[in-house]
Amino acid sequence: MSNKAAAAGKESGQRAVYLPLIAGWLVPGAGHFLLRKWWRGAFLFVAIVCMFALGMAMGGKLYTGAENILDMLGLAGDVGNGLMFFVTHFLGIGAQHVRVTTADYGTKFMVVAGLLNVMAAVDAHNLRTGRKH
Amino acid sequence: MFQPSHFTAVLLFALFASTVFGITMRETPRRMFRYGAYCFALFVGSVIVFSWVMYFISP
Repeated sequence: MSNKAAAAGKESGQRAVYLPLIAGWLVPGAGHFLLRKWWRGAFLFVAIVCMFALGMAMGGKLYTGAENILDMLGLAGDVGNGLMFFVTHFLGIGAQHVRVTTADYGTKFMVVAGLLNVMAAVDAHNLRTGRKH
Repeated sequence: MFQPSHFTAVLLFALFASTVFGITMRETPRRMFRYGAYCFALFVGSVIVFSWVMYFISP
């Protein structure tokens, strides 16, 4: 019985290894919050959400389709924003076309925010697995 | 719509990117801060240098 319980606990522990990674991708900094790294999570949340929000405020384009290779790369970056991407996509908030120079900056802000969020989520995973302290 | 100048956009970009770089690439708070400041200086410094280079090579 105790062996079964230990095996079940080990299995659930292995599954939970990916929880900070997935949580960190969905909500910036959430992976660090799960690991009780409050300050790191808070700074990551503020930096990534502000970057994405400023990109939106600048009228940045939200990539929603992959018609060519550049769109595909932009979409990959935007998807890195997790829930922020899906919410703005379904609400139709992001611009469809870039009309002014600052909107081009905004597009890059949003893509880079997604890439930074992926970095933050992988960092949370490394903290969880013990590769980083 | 928020329409920052080129340089303001650079400063904002450098600030946010450096924050994430510092936290994810180093382990102690002191080293995080130092690495973040280093990245920020490199971002902004390289933009200023390349801006002047483009100014001098422009026809």
